[in-house]
Amino acid sequence: MKLKTMLLATALVGALAGMAEAQTAVKIGVLNDRSGVYADLSGEGSVIAARMAIEDFKAADRGLKVEVVSADHQNKPDIGASIARKWYDQDGVDAIFDVPTSSVALAVNQVTREKNKIFIDSGAGSTDLTGPQCSPNTIHWTYDTYALAKGTGGAMVKKGGDSWFFITADYAFGHSLEQNTADVVKKAGGKVLGTIRHPFPGSDFSSFLLQAQASKAKVIGLANAGGDTINTIKQAAEFGVTQGGQNLAGLLIFITDVHALGLKAAQGLVLTESFYWDRDDASRAFSKRFAEKSGGKMPSMVHAGVYSGVLHYLKAIEAAKSKDAGPVMAKMKELPTDDPLFGKGQVRADGRKIHDMYLFEVKKPEESKAAWDYYKLLATIPAAEAFRPLNEGGCPLVKG
Amino acid sequence: MASVSERLSVGGARREVVETAAFHRAVFVWIAALLLVAPFVLYPVFLMKVLCFALFACAFNLLLGYGGLLSFGHAAYFGIASYVCAHAAKVWGLTPEVAILAGTATGGALGLVFGWLAIKRQGIYFAMITLALAQMVFFFSLQAKFTGGEDGIQAVPRGRLLGIVSIADDRVLYYIVAGIFLFGLLAIYRMIHSPFGQVLKAIRDNEPRAISLGYRANHYKLMVFVLSATLAGLAGATKAIVFQLASLTDVHWSMSGEVVLMTLVGGMGTVFGPIVGAAVIVTMQNYLAHLGAWVTVVQGAIFVVCVLLFREGIIGVLARKLRKPL
Repeated sequence: MKLKTMLLATALVGALAGMAEAQTAVKIGVLNDRSGVYADLSGEGSVIAARMAIEDFKAADRGLKVEVVSADHQNKPDIGASIARKWYDQDGVDAIFDVPTSSVALAVNQVTREKNKIFIDSGAGSTDLTGPQCSPNTIHWTYDTYALAKGTGGAMVKKGGDSWFFITADYAFGHSLEQNTADVVKKAGGKVLGTIRHPFPGSDFSSFLLQAQASKAKVIGLANAGGDTINTIKQAAEFGVTQGGQNLAGLLIFITDVHALGLKAAQGLVLTESFYWDRDDASRAFSKRFAEKSGGKMPSMVHAGVYSGVLHYLKAIEAAKSKDAGPVMAKMKELPTDDPLFGKGQVRADGRKIHDMYLFEVKKPEESKAAWDYYKLLATIPAAEAFRPLNEGGCPLVKG
Repeated sequence: MASVSERLSVGGARREVVETAAFHRAVFVWIAALLLVAPFVLYPVFLMKVLCFALFACAFNLLLGYGGLLSFGHAAYFGIASYVCAHAAKVWGLTPEVAILAGTATGGALGLVFGWLAIKRQGIYFAMITLALAQMVFFFSLQAKFTGGEDGIQAVPRGRLLGIVSIADDRVLYYIVAGIFLFGLLAIYRMIHSPFGQVLKAIRDNEPRAISLGYRANHYKLMVFVLSATLAGLAGATKAIVFQLASLTDVHWSMSGEVVLMTLVGGMGTVFGPIVGAAVIVTMQNYLAHLGAWVTVVQGAIFVVCVLLFREGIIGVLARKLRKPL
């Protein structure tokens, strides 16, 4: 009898200990721009998206106690890197999400690798994250500049836009965006009639636009970003570029930019994104919930990427029964991704998450029926074609 | 700000100077003691950041507070030094101390060229020339191949000091940075209390009179400009090793503005003011990061309050209260 009681007690203690262990505390850091040019694109919306993912995963019921912290990196790599260090060293953050602005993302990539934690990037575009600087601790989730170039360049040529003229921001990023797109265009059988480089940052694009118009190219590619792109599009609208039969193709532009520009200026613009809120029932359902929490704003693809990334991360923790970087990263790469926003996909060895990309055209004001009704779908670029082939990135992880 | 020693009679002044020197020695001992203990209380990486910016602000203050020259392009020396240091450590594989020296030397050399051009004009024109030259450095950094454009130079190895001691550990690196900082601070202290410093202050207060006394004002101005640029370079190069990156932030004009802000908040023309100013600004950037856009608003508000209520800065006010130059 005594023995039995003791055994029972031991078993009970063991079970309790097991239960206590099962309640894993996970801390997620959402690091992005909350005050500058990318605040609409990422900002608080990414925190909302992360919280929604935790809610939808029912983390609490599954023994995960997930906490979200957030901070503003002000688009400065040193600030981003020092926040990341502090989070990992002092605040017990297990994984960092979002991080728009390539320079900050690359810095966080390094810190994460050094501290052996996990970094899932949604907001930045640099292909270096899965190229020469790829890391066993990083996943690049939502998009990259290669996918945007591939989507917009390739799909436009297929649709008949086979002659291009580039307006390029004159610095490394602009050059590489132009180069990537020009390669895709040429490979698809199109030709590049000319390029012109504008100083960065620029404000007056009229002479560049006139040259682009005079080139009679069917597509004018905008290899610039942020304020430059917005200004170019505004001024192109004043010159009636799209009404004149030429297409304007934005190589790095988001729905939040279109929202800021308004349809009158942005109509006819062609662009590639990996998520659009009004694409199917699942994305509409998600976006409606998102909009309720964010004061009516629809999610950008970066927000959707944070949601999808957090969901997959939590799944991997559950499957790995650990929150250590090694096993969780292995599980994330092993398990196929599947969520209502991006559908089925996978994480490649180099850390690239792949999924379908979509080519959209911005509607004319009269075609838009409701707020945020901005895009019509032109083409779907299948996951297998959308991203840079695994062996072309120069990622050291791939050879091994 | 007329220092206390200048106001008193000769005999009194002598005693005053000795007393002040003893007082300053005590402050230095306190600073050294604080630096020694700090990493056990606060996060070392944060402290290193404060020290880098404090040194930068002290270097800037040497020029503004003692030379009376408002440069609006100090980010150029800070930034170029951090690029050169990062490049030297990463691509050429130099040891950190050599890389830092290379960066510092570049900052100084750039200061020599820019200073030579800028001191030909005074006041607002001087500030505008330094700004314009700094903008050229910014565009050079944006375009040049070796700087990596807007991605900057990433993944700079911390390496081994003198090829022997690994400084990958934050605390080890901290003590090196603290040493560099103290060295810079002592160098500045020595400069402003030397005959050179006295002449500098004379030129600041009344340039025609200094010239009439036979001093070549432009030589002194160029000298202090180069010294300031060199020390700013030392700060920038050290920062590159600490954060293992060099980026456009460091050469951007807003960095030039930030260092002005730090110096004014702490106390322009005081030895220890810029340290306090840098600590205040960096602490705000770090610990208020979760407030998002409000960081810049708070920074602006503090600046306005500082200019309206205590123009001498935090340490300036403290020095007046204590009746001792700080």
